[in-house]
This record gives sequence, structure tokens and C-alpha cells, in this order.
Amino acid sequence: MSGMTLPGAAEAQRLCQCADLLRPAGDRAVLLTPSDPAHVPRLLAALRENPIAGVVDWAGAAETVLVVWESAVFTEKIRRELEILAARIQLSAAEEPSAERSMTPECLGEPVVIPVHYDGPDLVFVADHLGLEPDEVIAAHTRRIWECAFVGFAPGFGYLTSEKAESVALVVPRRRQPRTAIPAGSVALAGGYSAVYPAATPGGWQLIGRTQRRVWDVTADPPALIRAGTRVRFRQVGVG
Amino acid sequence: MLAIERVASLATIQDLGRPGLLSSGVGRSGAADRGALRLGNRLVGNPEDAAGIEVVLGGMGLRALRPLTCAVTGAPVPTLLGDRMVGPASVVRVSAGQTLRLGVGSTGLRCYVAVRGGIAVPPVLGSRSFDSLARLGPRPLQAGDVVPVGPPPDDWPLIEQAPQSGPAEKLRLPVIFGPRDDWFANPLALCADWWRVSADADRVGVRLELVTGAPLRRLIARELPTEPMPLGAIQVPPSGQPVVFLADHPVTGGYPVIAVLRADAVDCLAQARPGQLLRFQA
Repeated sequence: MSGMTLPGAAEAQRLCQCADLLRPAGDRAVLLTPSDPAHVPRLLAALRENPIAGVVDWAGAAETVLVVWESAVFTEKIRRELEILAARIQLSAAEEPSAERSMTPECLGEPVVIPVHYDGPDLVFVADHLGLEPDEVIAAHTRRIWECAFVGFAPGFGYLTSEKAESVALVVPRRRQPRTAIPAGSVALAGGYSAVYPAATPGGWQLIGRTQRRVWDVTADPPALIRAGTRVRFRQVGVG
Repeated sequence: MLAIERVASLATIQDLGRPGLLSSGVGRSGAADRGALRLGNRLVGNPEDAAGIEVVLGGMGLRALRPLTCAVTGAPVPTLLGDRMVGPASVVRVSAGQTLRLGVGSTGLRCYVAVRGGIAVPPVLGSRSFDSLARLGPRPLQAGDVVPVGPPPDDWPLIEQAPQSGPAEKLRLPVIFGPRDDWFANPLALCADWWRVSADADRVGVRLELVTGAPLRRLIARELPTEPMPLGAIQVPPSGQPVVFLADHPVTGGYPVIAVLRADAVDCLAQARPGQLLRFQA
């Protein structure tokens, strides 16, 4: 960010108000609503790299980031620091729009590899829906790198997206009737997302396979293998 | 050691939860009325985040297998030690073999049994709280369970009893508007209307019914991209019946949040029974 004048507190507050970058979420949290969803990974990285006293947690989703704290003693100071942080991201993005979109540590290393037996009960339906052979669906699923946009719905459930430029868009509707119990490790598709079910839950996604790899482990730190920014590659196993 | 003799409704082990795991999709959970648990812990000389037992409505029997010091806070319930009535929010010494019996009170929803030394079941992801949505932590208690109690802390209880004012007949809950109040045509109606707690109320959240006043109308009709949700969020689905999020609320949601309860108001709502009337105030 060389050459950029860092905003002072007053300037940051003005910028945040104009651009509606911070919205109140009660008296112990704030929702960051960047003008460009691509800023979310930068905000998450900035929160990680610049700990703010009093902040106990934050969560990113597709377009927003929630920052939470526990004591009202910190409220004003945290708001001011978040205004500066959000303003800096906004300004640096304007100055360097071509900079790496994803800057999370998970993205800098190799993708997590998920070995999959592609024998899911909905593989044929997905293939028919997309006008493909099942093998072509598998090839499309394994060829690309997926990135976790956010975690929600259940612990360890990461919503994986892939590059829009991919030739085959794996976009399928949810099942009309959700299943009451999807086995843990099920590999699924819905909307434009893919996911691995971390534990047995009800669900309406299309099941195309299953993995033995544990994406959720309460004894691990962190317990979820797939979190916002994690890149994932699926690999077919058990063929022939 | 504490033996559970009787459980009438839902009794779960709760401390102040497991903050810091939102990125793994795990909510903080913890006592629905945090203030009541913290008070109980202070009364018995525990750190405020020691694990206690959250009891919905009451109707519980607990037998001490060794001498224990306890306190019952939150909803006032008739409490018997042997055949002696015990005052609410007071320090009770339970002899080995003695049973503490909690009845059902006329107000409030959740009472908390704090035990000096804390309930010492193994923690999961750093907390002994049962998260009813994520299904994490020690399962709800049943008659026949025996729960371990930790060693007494260094601090001694300082006071014997903490006078508590009862809940008001009609609750007034302070809120802060946002983050999505601008998705509604008439957001101020939230505070002008009278609402009632429906029967659809648990640790995840409380669904409200409109008693009098204007229904909340959406200004923006499109779907909200999924976003993270704070504790106390008042989420308004298309049905118009708001859901207010409590301790085990989902980490993300797709319905706009018109306002969020101030932190103290969450404890208040955690004590509201179905049928309770309430208003929000900004």
C-alpha cells in the first residue's frame, strides 16, 4: 500500500458513513458491508493480522463480515478501529484493483484434497439435469479448484464456489424433498455451490459421492477443515 | 458428585459458551440468561464462567453425594432442601445424601443451579455448554445421571443472598436498529407494536406473534445474501413473524435483521414464557 495516505480516525469515519461500510448489529457487534464482495477476504485477513483489543470473534459470509465483542467497555474503541480498517481496505482496493482477490493463508498453499467415491444417489439426476454423462459431471467436479466462500448451516459446513469462467457450470437445484438423514462425508451440489456434509444432518442438496476424509473433528484445532478462503480439490478414487 | 434424581423438562449443562469458533460454523452457545448464571457462580465463589445447570421451568431433584455449596438463580422457583424452604438467589449448603428440590415458579422460564467447584464434565471445543442446534457438548441431563463437581476454588463466597426484582408483567426490551432496518418500509412499527412470545420458543430463538399494531412490511423484495447473525438479532422472515435469536442461534441466516436486542435484554427475553407480552424500544 505504498503511496497511499493512511486515513486518520475522522477521515475513516466519514468514508465509512458515506460508503455505508459499517452497520450496527446490536451493542456488541458490527456488520461490515463492503461495497465490493471481493473485499471480504481482505477484511478477514486484515482482522487476523491486526488484532483489535476486545474483539472475541468474527465471521465472514458471501458479502459481509460480522465482528463481535463481549464488553460494552470496548464498543467505541472497536468501532473506531474497524472504521479505519474498513476505510483502508476500501481505499487500497481502489488504488490496486488488480491485487490478489484472496489473500488468506489457506489460499497461498496447496488446496485441501478430498478423495471421493462418486457413487452418490443423485449423480444420475445431476447428469441428466445438466445434459451430461455422469463421467462428465465427475470430470467437471474434479477438474476445478473450489474455494470456500463461507461456513454456515451447520458446524464445518463450508459453501464451496468455483470460477465462473469454468466451461461447465455445476448449477443444480436442491431436491424437491430433502432427506431426513444425510450420511457424514456426503459430497453434494446445490445452487452453484458444492459441499461436504460434516456430520449426519437433514438436507436437500444433491448427493454425488462420499469421502472418508473427516472435514469436522471436535478434537482438532480448528475443528473445521474447510473455512472461509480454504481452497479444495476433489479427487476421484475407487475406480475400476 | 451430584446425582440427578428427577428432570421434569429440559436440564442442560451450561457455562458461558465457546466464543471464537464462528469461522468453523460453531456458535458461542452458553447459558441463555448469562446474567443469572454469572450471579449464581459469584454467590458460590466460582469464576463467573464455571459450568452450572440450566433448568427450563424447574421441576428438578438433585442429590449431593458429598457436601456441596449451591445457589439457584434466574426464574424464582420454590426450592426445598430436605423439608426446609430455601430463598431464591441464596447460598445453600447441601449435606452429603441431601436432596435439593426445585419446583415450578409462576414467573420466568429458566433457573440456574450453580455448584461451588463447577460441573466438571469434559469440555468440548473448550466449553461444557450443550449447543442444542449444533448438537455439541454434554447431552441433556436425565434422571439417574451422576455429574462430577470440580474442586472448590480459592475464592470464598462473599455474600449469602442477592435480592432480585421480579420480571415485569409486560417486558420492554431495548434494541438497536439495523443492520437491515432499511429493508423495511415501516421499521419503526417494530417499537410501536405489541408482540407476544409464541409457543415456538427454545434455546435457538423465540418466535413472536403480533398482538396489536402494523405488520412489518418489506421495502426490498429480493433475497438477502446469507450473512452472519449476532445474538439477539430480530430476524423477519416473509411470514412477518419475527424470530429473536438466543444462545444457540444459527451462525448465518438469509432473512433480514431489522434490529438487535441490547445484551442485557437477551437475558430478559431468555426468561419470557410463551404468552408473555412485550414491546421493543429504541
